[in-house]
Amino acid sequence: MTDHAAFRGLGQAFRLASAAVLLTALTSISGPVIGWSKAYASPTATADKPSTEKQITGKKPGETADHSKFEILQQDFKSGPEVTKACLSCHTEAATQVHDSIHWKWEYDNEKTGQKLGKRYVINAFCGNVASNEARCTSCHAGYGWTDMRKDPPAAPEAVDCLVCHADTQYYKKFPAKAGLPITEPMDFNGKPFKVSNLIEAAQSVSLPQRDNCGACHYYGGGGDGVKHGDIDSSLNKPSKDLDVHMAADGGNMACSACHSGSGHVWPGSRYDMEAKPQARDDEGKKLPSFAMRRMNETASCESCHTDAPHQGKTLEAIKLNNHTDTVACQTCHIPEFARGGVATKMLWDWSTAGKLKDGKPFALKDDKGHPSYDSKKGDFIYEENVKPTYSWFNGQFTYVTDNDPVDTSKPVILNALGGSANDETARIWPFKLMHTKQPIDAESKKLVYMHLFGKDSDAFWKSFDWPNAIKAGQEYMGKDYSGKFEFIETRMWWPITHMVAPSDKAVQCEECHSKGGRLEGIEGVYIPGRDDMPLINWLGYGLIILTILGVAIHTIFRIATRKQRQH
Amino acid sequence: MTDIPSSTSSSGPSSGRSEELTIRPDVKKRAVKIYTRYERFWHWSQALLIFILAFSGFNLHGTLSLVPFPLAVMVHTYAAILLLVLWLFTTFWNFTTGQWRHYLPQNKGLFAVIKFYAYGIIMGAPHPYSKSLARKQNALQSLAYLTFMVIIGPALWLSGIAYLLYGLWETMQNSQQIFSLVAFVHTAAAFAMITFVVIHVYMTTTGKTVFHYIRTMITGYEKIELTPAEEAYLEEQQPDMLKANE
Ligand code: HEM
Repeated sequence: MTDHAAFRGLGQAFRLASAAVLLTALTSISGPVIGWSKAYASPTATADKPSTEKQITGKKPGETADHSKFEILQQDFKSGPEVTKACLSCHTEAATQVHDSIHWKWEYDNEKTGQKLGKRYVINAFCGNVASNEARCTSCHAGYGWTDMRKDPPAAPEAVDCLVCHADTQYYKKFPAKAGLPITEPMDFNGKPFKVSNLIEAAQSVSLPQRDNCGACHYYGGGGDGVKHGDIDSSLNKPSKDLDVHMAADGGNMACSACHSGSGHVWPGSRYDMEAKPQARDDEGKKLPSFAMRRMNETASCESCHTDAPHQGKTLEAIKLNNHTDTVACQTCHIPEFARGGVATKMLWDWSTAGKLKDGKPFALKDDKGHPSYDSKKGDFIYEENVKPTYSWFNGQFTYVTDNDPVDTSKPVILNALGGSANDETARIWPFKLMHTKQPIDAESKKLVYMHLFGKDSDAFWKSFDWPNAIKAGQEYMGKDYSGKFEFIETRMWWPITHMVAPSDKAVQCEECHSKGGRLEGIEGVYIPGRDDMPLINWLGYGLIILTILGVAIHTIFRIATRKQRQH
Repeated sequence: MTDIPSSTSSSGPSSGRSEELTIRPDVKKRAVKIYTRYERFWHWSQALLIFILAFSGFNLHGTLSLVPFPLAVMVHTYAAILLLVLWLFTTFWNFTTGQWRHYLPQNKGLFAVIKFYAYGIIMGAPHPYSKSLARKQNALQSLAYLTFMVIIGPALWLSGIAYLLYGLWETMQNSQQIFSLVAFVHTAAAFAMITFVVIHVYMTTTGKTVFHYIRTMITGYEKIELTPAEEAYLEEQQPDMLKANE
C-alpha cells in the first residue's frame, strides 16, 4: 500500500462521512422546521367564520323571532322588573331556571370539600365580603333588589334581570349602587353622570348573550376593569387575535357561551369546582371514545373541542407536544401572560393603609403608568400588565378559608388552597394569578372578619374611614362573635388563568420551562429534562469523564516521555 | 513497514518494539481485509450518530447550550431512531455472518493485555497479542466491546425507547417516578458511553503510529499473521481479501 493509496482511502472515507453528516443533518433539521408548522396547522375545533355580527355561541340562534316586532315589547317600560314580566309572558320557564343557577343564588355547595361557597358566603382577597355591602355588590346580581345576603334573593319572578345578559349593552347598564337596578332618569355615581338605560330599546335588542353582556359583571370583579381575574377584562370586547384567538373577530369570534355552553340558564365552568384534567368520560365514569361525546353541560374545557391530543399531525413534534397533556394544562403554554389587552390587573391590595385623609378628605393616587396606586377607601395597590403567571399543580379543587376557620398568621394565609400534586392523577400544572393582599382578621379568634364598607350609615368605612367601627358593624351584621380587636394579615388567593389564549406561535417556548430558573422552577414531583439536575449521577458522570480524560492524558505523557528516553 | 506515511512515522512509536518480530517462524504477515465494507460503514456511522446523540443529549439535559432545546430534542430523536435501525441491522449482520464470535469474552491473555497497556506500552514492550483471522480482537477489546454491546448499548436504547414512548405509558400509576428513573438510567448510560468513547478513541492512537488503527478502520486492511494454510486458503478462495504482496 502506497502513501497515495492511503490518502485516497482517507479522502473517500471523508466524502462518505460528509454525505452521512449531511443526510442526518437534513433529516433532523427539516423535521422541526416542517414539523412545527404542521403540528399547529389545524386544530380539531372548527369555528365557522361569523356570518352575522353576532358572536358564536354554544347554540346557534335560530333567528326565527325578531323581538322588536313583538307588541308586548313595545310598551313604555318604567323599570327593569316590568320588562322581565313581559319576557316571562312567553319564556314561561326562564325565571324558574334562573332561580336554580349560581348566577342567581350566589351559592355553591362543594360536595367534595363539604364547603358552602359562592359570593354569598366567601370572604375573598379583594373587597372581602358582600354581606353588609349589598346594594353596591348586588349591582352585579342577575336580578333586582337583593339587599340582604342573610336572606335568599327576592322570590318574585320579575326580580330576575333578563336584560343584563340579553340586551344590547349600549341600551342597558345596571347602576352600581342600586342592588341591580338600572336608572332611567339622569343620576351621578361618584360625582360623574351615569349611563341612563333605555328599557324599550333594550327589550327589543335581546339576543343570546354577547361577551359584553357577561363582561358587564365579570370584567369588573373586585371593583374595576380587570381588577380581579387578570385574564378577563374589557379588552376582550374587541380583542386582537394576539390577545385571544377564540374571541377575536378575525379568530373564532366566540361568545363566552361558545365554551361555557350550557342550557336552561345554567352554564358550566365555575371556578368553585374545576376539572383540571378533563377526561372523555360519561356520567358513570366510563371512558368515552372521544371528547366530542361528552355531555353538553360538562365543564367547559379546551379538551372539549381540542381533545387531549390537540397538536395535529403525525410529526415527531406533535407527538412530543401531545406527550405533555397529561401533566401540563393547555393554558400553561398557550397563555404566556395575562392582562395583555392594555387593561392592568390588581396584583397587590393592602387594606391596612386605607383611611388616610388629606385635609380631612379622602384622596387617590396613581403610579407612573397611570394605574391607581392608592385610594383612601381601599388602601395601597399594585397594578400590572402583561404578567407571567405563577404555576402550580392543581386538581380543580380549592379549599377555602371560611369565616369559621382560625388562620395561622405565621405565614401568608392562602384563602383558597389548591388541591393536587404530581401524584394526583386528576392534577396538572396550571397557570395562576397569585393575588397578594393585606386584610383584617379578629386579632384574638384569628378568623377573617367582615368589613362593612358601603352604606349610608356612619359605620360604613367608605363614609367615616373608621376601621374599628366598620369591622364591628360587619361582624354584628352577620351575627359573628368579635373580640373587638383586629389586625391586618397577609393573604394570598389563587386565580386560575384560562382566557386570553394566544396564537400558537406566541405560545410559551420549550426553553422557558426546560431550563434552569425557568417558568416551572418551583414545580415539584416531576422530572423536567433541561431543568432538573440529577445531582448524584451528574457528579459521578462528570467525575468519571474528567478522571478518564486525566488518565488518558497521564498515559500519553508517560508514553511520550519514555519514548524520548528510549530514543536517547 | 513501507506503508507508513513519512509524515506520521516520526511521531510514531520507536521501532524498538515491532509487531513484525514474529514469534512463530512459519507464519507470515500479509495485508488482509479484516473489516468488511459493512463493518466499516457500521463503525463510522455509529460513531457519527453517537457524537450527535451525545451532544444533543447533553444539550437537552441542560449541560450544553449549543442549540435551542426543541432542536436538540429533534436532532436527538431522529439520530436515535437512525442508530436503532443501524443496531438492528448490525445485530442481524453479526449473526448471519458469524461475526458475533469475535465479541465472545475470552479470559486467556486478558491480564497480559491489561499489563501491556498499564506499563508495557510505556516501557516499549511488544503487544502480547497479535490479530489473527479467527480472532480480530484481543481479550481486553472483546471485553470492552461486549460491555458496550450488552450493557451500555441496551441500557441506552431500552431507556431511550421508554423515554420516546412516554405517551404510551403516561397514564400508568407512578408514571412520574418511572419517568425520573428512565431519565436517570438513560443519563447514567450516556455518561458510561462517553467514557467508553474517550478511552476507545485514545486506544486507537496506540497502534504502530497514532493513526494506524484509524486508517485500518477506514481502509479495512491490516497486516496480520497468516499461517501458510490460511494464506493458501485465502489466495485460493477469497483472493479479494488479500492485498497483493508488495
Ligand atoms: C438508541 C439510542 C437512543 C435513544 C432511543 C435515545 C432516546 C432519548 C430520548 C427520547 C430522550 C429524551 C428527549 C426528550 O426530552 O424528548 C433522550 C435524552 C437523552 N439522551 Fe438519548 N437516546 C439514545 C442514545 C443516546 C446516546 C448514545 C447518548 C449519549 C451518549 C444519549 C444521551 C442522552 C442524554 C444525556 C439525554 C438527556 C437526558 C435527560 O436529561 O433527561 N442518548 N434520549
